Formats: sequence, C-alpha cells, structure tokens
Amino acid sequence: MTTAWRNRKDRLASIVVRAIAFSTVGIVLAILASLLLEGRHVLSWEFLTQPPSDGMTEGGIFPAMFGTVCVTMLMILMALPLGVLAAIYLVEYAGRGRLARLIRAGVNNLAGIPSIVFGLFGLGFFVLFVGRGLDRLAGNELVFGQPAMLWAAATLAVLVLPVIIVATAEALTAVPRSHREAAFALGATRWQVVQRVVLPQAWSGILTGAILGVSRGAGETAPILFTGCAFYLPRLPVAHLTVPLIGVSIPMVNPLDQFMELSYHVFVMATQSADTTKTRPIQYGTAFVLVALTFALNLTAILLRTRLSRRVVRS
Amino acid sequence: MSSTFPTKISIRKLDFFYGSTQALREVTFDVPEHRITAVIGPSGCGKSTLIKTINRIAEMGGNVRVEGDVRLDDRSIFASDVDVVDLRRRVGMVFQRPNPFPKSIYDNVVFGPRLHGVTRRSRLDDIAENALKRAALWKEVKDRVQHNALELSGGQQQRLCIARALAVDPEVVLMDEPCSALDPSATARIEETILELKSAYTIVIVTHNMQQAARVSDRTAFLLDGRVIEYDETEKLFTNPSVRTTEDYITGRFG
Repeated sequence: MTTAWRNRKDRLASIVVRAIAFSTVGIVLAILASLLLEGRHVLSWEFLTQPPSDGMTEGGIFPAMFGTVCVTMLMILMALPLGVLAAIYLVEYAGRGRLARLIRAGVNNLAGIPSIVFGLFGLGFFVLFVGRGLDRLAGNELVFGQPAMLWAAATLAVLVLPVIIVATAEALTAVPRSHREAAFALGATRWQVVQRVVLPQAWSGILTGAILGVSRGAGETAPILFTGCAFYLPRLPVAHLTVPLIGVSIPMVNPLDQFMELSYHVFVMATQSADTTKTRPIQYGTAFVLVALTFALNLTAILLRTRLSRRVVRS
Repeated sequence: MSSTFPTKISIRKLDFFYGSTQALREVTFDVPEHRITAVIGPSGCGKSTLIKTINRIAEMGGNVRVEGDVRLDDRSIFASDVDVVDLRRRVGMVFQRPNPFPKSIYDNVVFGPRLHGVTRRSRLDDIAENALKRAALWKEVKDRVQHNALELSGGQQQRLCIARALAVDPEVVLMDEPCSALDPSATARIEETILELKSAYTIVIVTHNMQQAARVSDRTAFLLDGRVIEYDETEKLFTNPSVRTTEDYITGRFG
C-alpha cells in the first residue's frame, strides 16, 4: 500500500469521525430549532404564567410547569438518600462477595427496564398496595389509595435509582484507598471512614448522579401516567396548612393531590385534544419549556457542584 | 540488651495467607520497648504484610488468613475481646506514600483525637501543637495550620502524617517505608525525627534501604520469602552477620 493512499485514508477517517461527532450536536440544535420554530407563537409571559383555557386550546401551561418541578424535586428527595446509601453499602461494606454481585446485577437490570413497566409497577405497588393498605390501616375512605404526586414521585424515584447508585458508586470508588487506610489506622470505624473521609470527597460526584437522575426522571411520561398526573386540573396541587395558635395559613404543595405535568401535557395535546391542529403550537411550546426546564435544573446542580468541589480543594 | 528493654511486641510463628499464597512463614521475633526495630528485605518478601498485621490492617483485604500470634504487652491482639479500634489507637502507622487527607493541616492532625471523641477546641489545639512539634513540623507550619495539607512538600506531608499518627498518643508507631517517596534531604529530616521519637515510642520501621536501617535502628530483622532469616542487634547484623544469606543481601549480591 502506498503512503499516499494511506494518508488519504487517514484524512478520510478523520473527516468521517469528525462529521459524526458534529452531527450529534447538529441533532440537538435541530430539535431545539424545530421546537422554537413551531412553538414560537405561543411562547410568551402569559404562556408561562397562566393555566390552559377554552377547553385547553388556549392559555398557558403554568400548572404543568409547577407540577413538573414539584414531582421532580420530590423524586430526587426520595431517590438521592436511598441511592447514596445503597451505593455506600455496595462500595464500602459489601466487598466482592456473591451478595454484592447479585445486587450489582439487580441495579444494572433495573436500569434496563422500559419505563412503562415502572408505570404499571407504580400503580400496582404504590397506589394499590401501599396506598390502599395505608387507607385500610387508618380506616378511612380513599386518601392514599389513589393516584397522587407522592406515588408518581416514588415511581420516578425507583426509575432513577440505578442512575444515582451507579454514579455515586463511581464517586466513592474514586476516593483513594490510601485515605481510607490512613483513617482505619487511626482507629476509625467503617462508618466514621465513610462519614469523615469518603463522603466529603465524593459529594461532587454524587451531585453528578443527582443531575443525571433529574435529567432521566424529569421528562418521563410513562411512569406517572397511571400514578398521579392529570389530564387537566382547575387548581394547583396546593393545600393550605393552618398553623395552630397563630392562625396563619401557609400554602404547601400537597403530595396527595394529582398534578399536571409537561411531557404528559404534550401527549394530551397531541392525542386527546378537541382540535390537535390548533394546539400544535402549544405542543411545541410546551416541549420547549420542558427541555429548558430540565436544562435549568441541570445547570443549577452543575453550578452547585463546581462550587462544592472548589470549596473542598481550598478548605 | 533484652533485659534493659522489655519486650513490647512478641511475634510468634506468624503465618499469613493471601488466598493460597503464603506471605509470611512462621515469623518469630520480639520487638523491644522504646527502641527502633528495622525490618529489611527485598520487595515482596512480606515486610509490609508483617507490620500491617501488627495493627490488623492487613486482614482487611478480604480472603486472607492469619495463623500464629502477635502479643502486645503480652496480650494477643487477635483475642476475641480485643477492640480493633482500641488496638489501632495504641499502634499508630505511617504509610509508604504521604497520604494526608485533602483537609487543612490542623484538621489532619486532630482527625484521630476527634474520632475518639475529643471536641474541646483548646484541648485539640494543644494536641495539634504538641504532635506537630514532636514531628518537627511546628516551626514551618505554625502560621498556616488552616491551609490545605496538600500545599505542603512531600517531606512535610510525611511529617504531617507522623504528627497525625502521634496525635492519638500511641505506644507503638509502625512505619512502612516512610521515606521511599522522598528525596535525600527530606529523608534525612524524617530520620532525625524518628530518632527523637525513640525515647517515647516503640518504633518498627520497614525499609528496603539498608543504609537507613543501619543509621536509625537498634535491632534489625532480615526477611526473605516471608521468613525471618536473621534477627539481631543492627550493628552486629550489618558488620558480622551470622547467616550467609544475610551477608549476601547486605553486600548487594542479590535483592
């Protein structure tokens, strides 16, 4: 083979790989552009702050944004502690035994389950088994045993659990063995090593896991389909808690209420609306807001992480 | 000499297995109190395993087996009523590579005392100053104890690790090739520090550097393939070894 031919092949290869790498960026840009282009007429301040009106063919999407943010935060509040503790067990306690291998296999398989399966599982386990069970225990009418934000968040939490476990386990493994050894040699117990040596160094990696979890969970439709999200709600899932003695009433998100959600809203607009052609700009606008919101949530976590890791290095 | 310096640690017929590989074979010798005992030998001879057995760090690897006995003040460290945490408070360790935590110098030194429940600031301050003085680091860092320990040079980091080990007030200090990652001048300073510590602590130092063993230690054990080939006064072992293999090793014929 001549050198010229080899060089030509080399140039060709570099062009091909570069083109493919750039095309992924291109796809992202194309998606954003199409969303903006199709939805640009509806995007306005009113769209972001008003509820839908006129049989959901006009108005805004505020309740769906509100619901998405609430359910995502509730989800991460449930999934993060569980995922972090599970990862701590896997990395710091389980060793390399058969049990640990079994759990690892379980985590990996959980990550591969289609999300609609989680939706059915959430309905069967959280809503019907846990919820109805609680109602029976308390002897009341349906309070827990119906679709609610709480159960939707719990279902989403199960879905993102493997993402958080894997990222956290990676962060914990990255803490040098020599630091653990030094702490053990000073008489630290295993839990003290975790608390005082491993976790302080792993926080930024754990936050990365939380970011990935939020990204994974925020846009999911299938898991919340049967477990809590609503087609249309005339009010926000907010309850007023009256503080005794002072008599002040504080509005709080009510996790036992149903909620509207952005991705489900898109689905509803596209399939169940009275006039799907008329609502097309709303569908695209909603999708754009969903992407922007997920991005904003990620950005917050990324900023928090850089802040945190900088502090660790300096202190 | 054994009459003037009572035995602090006695090692009896110690076998150590990593899976099916045997790292130590019937290791038997006594470590005298307030002396420096060196363990020399080529890489892989089991010397690190040996001292990591004394604070029971070696068993943490999983799939290991220990037979025989190690007695500290004539009590077996493997007895079922021995608390490993307590053992490690009495037997400190300095590792091969300086391994300060990515925290401030101060937080590194008081890490041990805090583990064991000391919380009063004034008490911690005293402990930190004392430990840093004994490790000959106080003068260099007294104005910046709140700085990150990773800003220190390699030699300073290793002296910080010595201070960190001393801060829990151990009786024995194990040193696993403490100078192998340091340049000659930093090594000289660590050696000076080790010699000064002798009056208060019993020190066991593993080294592959024979000159170092000869310079700092009172007694030396020569280990080969997990076996103690010879154990004697350092001067005797280096000038007039009684075993041929020892002579071959210290004169550089192998290893």
